[in-house]
Amino acid sequence: MLDTSVVLSGLKLDNPVIPASGTFGYGNEFREFYDINVLGSFSFKGTTREPRFGNPTPRIAECTAGMINAVGLQNPGIEAVIAEELPRLRTFFHKPVIANISGFSVEEYAYCCERIDREEQVGLIEVNVSCPNVRHGGMSFGTSPEAAAEVTRAVKAVTTKPVYIKLSPNVTDIVAIARACEEAGADGICLINTMLGMRIDMQRRRAVIANTMGGFSGPAIFPVAVRMVYQVAQACSVPVIGCGGVQSARDVIEMMMAGATAVEVGAANLVNPYASKEIVEALPAEMERLGIERLSDIIGVVA
Amino acid sequence: MYRKGLYRILENEPLTASVWRMRLAGDTQWITAPGQFVNIAIDGLYLRRPISVCDCDAQTLTLVYKVVGEGTARMSRMAPGTELDLLTGLGNGFSTGVATQRPLLVGGGVGVPPLYNLARRLLAEGKPVQVVLGFNTAAEVFYEEEFRALGCDVTVATADGSRGVEGFVTTAIARCGLDFDYFFACGPLPMLRALSEATAQPGQLSFEERMGCGFGGCMGCSCKTKYGSKRICKEGPVLAKEEVVW
Repeated sequence: MLDTSVVLSGLKLDNPVIPASGTFGYGNEFREFYDINVLGSFSFKGTTREPRFGNPTPRIAECTAGMINAVGLQNPGIEAVIAEELPRLRTFFHKPVIANISGFSVEEYAYCCERIDREEQVGLIEVNVSCPNVRHGGMSFGTSPEAAAEVTRAVKAVTTKPVYIKLSPNVTDIVAIARACEEAGADGICLINTMLGMRIDMQRRRAVIANTMGGFSGPAIFPVAVRMVYQVAQACSVPVIGCGGVQSARDVIEMMMAGATAVEVGAANLVNPYASKEIVEALPAEMERLGIERLSDIIGVVA
Repeated sequence: MYRKGLYRILENEPLTASVWRMRLAGDTQWITAPGQFVNIAIDGLYLRRPISVCDCDAQTLTLVYKVVGEGTARMSRMAPGTELDLLTGLGNGFSTGVATQRPLLVGGGVGVPPLYNLARRLLAEGKPVQVVLGFNTAAEVFYEEEFRALGCDVTVATADGSRGVEGFVTTAIARCGLDFDYFFACGPLPMLRALSEATAQPGQLSFEERMGCGFGGCMGCSCKTKYGSKRICKEGPVLAKEEVVW
């Protein structure tokens, strides 16, 4: 009997597949395609204290083996998420959800995490200190060990649920930042968010994205994600959620061998709305092919 | 509702130097309103390409597209028999459930195609349909005869005057003194805006935006309206004239 279950800081998931924040909304769009209860969990759209429209359009660009987005944390705000999205989610998703929280100040992170911590369906809080698409917030907290640690401490002080810090790859020393989060009390680390990228419309001689730069995601960044998951898993003792360019069950297993306990699927959901479901369904056959009985046995096997 | 499925190319032929028509066979039941679009997976490209539905029946759908980039260039080289992975039934589409006795349809360039199925539906409801089609030049004109064959009253405008009325669609509407109580429009943003400002009548306008997914998952194509933000792919691409924030 194959066992695909994994445990993230006491939170047991039937399988390690988690649609990544920003590619799955609050679940509504995808339930029209399939029953999303097949997923391990999902990480909902990055949520801030105030409602946000985000950046001007165009905010999407095509790339070789990937895409750039500069959405800029569009979301209805924490109060609307609690009052409208979560009650609706309860009607069709019967598992714990991962709450992705972003902010523009340490106080805002703490406020939103404290609010969302009281929600029963939230199984884990993912603190996004890595959004590349907003100024004076997001990524600026995830590019220095001190700032990342400060956010971690502030959030941990007001929450009871596991807190995972989602890190940016746009740094010189990912290990220093991950360690700082762990020392500040983080229950786990999630990485990587998108890589800062840019495309140019050569006819118009200007950037394709209105905001000039944006976050590059898709299969092109998978090897970078595997490398950073490996580095952080080697250096930290808390669990790691691997994210970045995953588009198959094989990618999930590779990410887990690098050190991930669970794996997020991002851009793949946007080009194939069934991607996460198909990955869940393909896992057992892939495990058999590789002689894996218990998926959790392979976490970090590559030393 | 929307679905993913495989569709087989029946025909793929040029209508002008840069505009092509592709007919596909497959399940069309999820396409419920004129002005909806499909999102096409293209081998070798990451993101799907959104293309409006020009027409459909029980077994086939027709797409009329302009070659503007790598995705549409690849589409134009696809041979009949090729199978394509499509998401269908995307977007809200035009609503014909509005109080109009004399509708006017206004299309600009590659905004013309989605009006074709809309014209068919309005005619089927027993309404006389007037159509204004705007292009840059005579060589770019397409579907004039197709609309006429349906029984529409068609006026063509070209920016350089090489065919029909010289000027924009708004020039043609004024010069021909077209009498209408409601309009439906699809075309470039400057055309939609000029039309909206030049008309006292209510209407619906179909917008374009760069999309990630096409079904509301990524928030890539949002716009601001008088009633809050809307996703062009999901709550759009058709917005009511009165809610548009220019």
